[in-house]
Amino acid sequence: MADRKTLQADQISGHTGPAPGYGMQRDFEVCKLIDTTTCIGCKACEVACVEWNDMPFSVTTFDNTYQTMPETRWNFWNLIKFNEHQNTDGTIQWLMRKDQCMHCADPGCLAACPADGAIVKYANGIVDFNQENCIGCEFCVSGCPFDIPRFNPMTKKVYKCTLCSDRVGQGLEPACIKACPTGCLKFGSKEDMKFIAGERAKQLKDNFGWQNAGVYDPQSIGGTHVIYVLHDATDPERYGGLPKDPQIPWSYTVWKWLFKPVLGTFALFGFLGVLLHYVTTGPRVAQPEPPKKEGSNV
Amino acid sequence: MSSAVERFDNEARQKFESMGQTTVYRGELLRHPVYTRVLHWSVALFFFLALFTGFGIYLPWLFRWFMPIFGGGPLSREMHPWFGLAFVFFFSLQALNWLQPMLWTAADSRWMRNIKKIVSNEEKMDPPDTGFFNAGQKVQFWEIVGGCIVYLITGIVLWAGARTFGRIPVAISYVIHDISALIMLGGIFVHIYLSTIGEPGTFQGMIRGAVSEAWAWTFHPAWYKQVTGRDPVQACEEARRRLDSKQ
Repeated sequence: MADRKTLQADQISGHTGPAPGYGMQRDFEVCKLIDTTTCIGCKACEVACVEWNDMPFSVTTFDNTYQTMPETRWNFWNLIKFNEHQNTDGTIQWLMRKDQCMHCADPGCLAACPADGAIVKYANGIVDFNQENCIGCEFCVSGCPFDIPRFNPMTKKVYKCTLCSDRVGQGLEPACIKACPTGCLKFGSKEDMKFIAGERAKQLKDNFGWQNAGVYDPQSIGGTHVIYVLHDATDPERYGGLPKDPQIPWSYTVWKWLFKPVLGTFALFGFLGVLLHYVTTGPRVAQPEPPKKEGSNV
Repeated sequence: MSSAVERFDNEARQKFESMGQTTVYRGELLRHPVYTRVLHWSVALFFFLALFTGFGIYLPWLFRWFMPIFGGGPLSREMHPWFGLAFVFFFSLQALNWLQPMLWTAADSRWMRNIKKIVSNEEKMDPPDTGFFNAGQKVQFWEIVGGCIVYLITGIVLWAGARTFGRIPVAISYVIHDISALIMLGGIFVHIYLSTIGEPGTFQGMIRGAVSEAWAWTFHPAWYKQVTGRDPVQACEEARRRLDSKQ
C-alpha cells in the first residue's frame, strides 16, 4: 500500500483544482455503510458474495417471505433480512437489512477464541478467520453479539464474512458493494462513511419526517466497521438481529489470559506436591517393614 | 432402589468373574474383582483421552505440538465430548459398584482430622477403624461424582453451543467446565502417586486384584479385620516377631 500512495498524483501540470484521484488511497480504517432506507432488497449483494467467495450451491428454505433463507450459513455470509414492522399508528414498515459480519472494533469472537491465530483483526478494522488455525470449538459463536460465525460440520471449522479482505487488500471494494445497484452500499474510510451516514440521517429527519433516523455504530463494542443508516435508530431490534446495546462478556478475556495459565500452573502443583512428598517424607510402606540390609541406608 | 443396584452390580460382577480371573496367593487378600478392574481401567483410558484432547481446547497455543496425536485440533475437539461421555458412562457404573463402600462414616471424619499424621508418615499404620476405602479416597470419589455431573451439564451446553443455549450459558459453562477439569487434574497426580510409589503394593490391587495381608492391615485395618476376622494390630505384631526371630 505504501508504494501505491507514493505513486498518487499530488499535482498535475496545466490542471486546475485538485488532482483526480488524490487522497483516494488512505491508511484509514475501512467501513461499509448500509443505508437501509434505500435498500430495495434486490439481493445482488447476496449473489456477488457467493460468486466472489466461490461458495458451492446450497438448497434454500422458503418460509413465505422474500428472504432467501432463514439465516446466514457457513457458505452464505450475506443475507438480506426482510422484516415487517407495524408502527403505533397502524402503518406497516417493510424493512430490509443486509445481515453480515459487523467487523467490530472490539470483536467478541476474537476475545472468546482460544486458538492461536484463528481470528485476526487487521489494522484497517477487518476481522478475519484463519481456518487453518481454527480448532472448531465454536466459542466465537458465543462471543458474537450478532450471531454471525457459522460452523461447517464437514470441515469442523467456523466461517463468516471477510469483508472481502482479499479484495480490500488489493485496493478494491468488497464484492457486495460493487454489485449494489441503488448505492445503498458504500465503502470507504470509517470517518467518511460516518460523515455520509450522518448527513443521510439528517436528510431523513429534515426532509422525510423520520424523527428518530440515525446511524447504527454501537459504541458498547467500540463501534463497528459495518454501519447502518436506520429509519429508527432508537429501535434497531425491529430490523431483526441488531441488538441495541451489544455486549461482550468480560469473562472471556479474564479467563483466557489470566486464569487459564495461572490455574493450569496450580494444577501442576499437584505434581510438584507429590514429588516433594516422595523426596521429603518418602513412601508409606506396609508394616512391618522388611529389615534393612547391611550397608544400605535406604 | 438400592436392592436393584445391588442386583445389577452382583450380576455384572459374576459375568466379569466368568470372563477373567483373579489369582490370590497365600498371604494375600482379594482386593478388586475383575469387574472393578475393567471399569477402573476403562475410566482411566477415557479420562486421559478426554484430558489430553481437552488440553488442545483449553490452551491451543500451548498444546499445538501435541494435537496431531489426535488428528489435529478440530478432530480433538470433535472427539473430546465422546471421550468425555465414555468417561462419565464407565465412571457411573463404577460409582454404582462402589456406592456402598464409599459412604461417609464417622470413622472417616476422624481419619480426616488425623490426616496430618498420616501424610507426614508419623503414624506408620492407618487408624484401626479405616475400612475398605479411607476418607481421602472417598473425598476423591465424591469429587469425581460431582465433577461428572458438572462435566455432563456444562459439557452438553458447550457441545450444543451458543445457538442452542444462548451466549451467556456457554460463557459460564466454559469457565465451570475448565475449573472442574483443573481440580480433577490436580487430583489425578495424588491418585497416581499414592497408588504406585507413594504406597507400594497398592498398584497390584488394581492390576492382579490381590494385595498382601501386610498391605491390608497397614492401610485398611478395619477391612482386614472384616475379611480375615483377625485383629490387624495383633497380626502386624505377630509378623514383626516372626521377622525378628528369623534374623
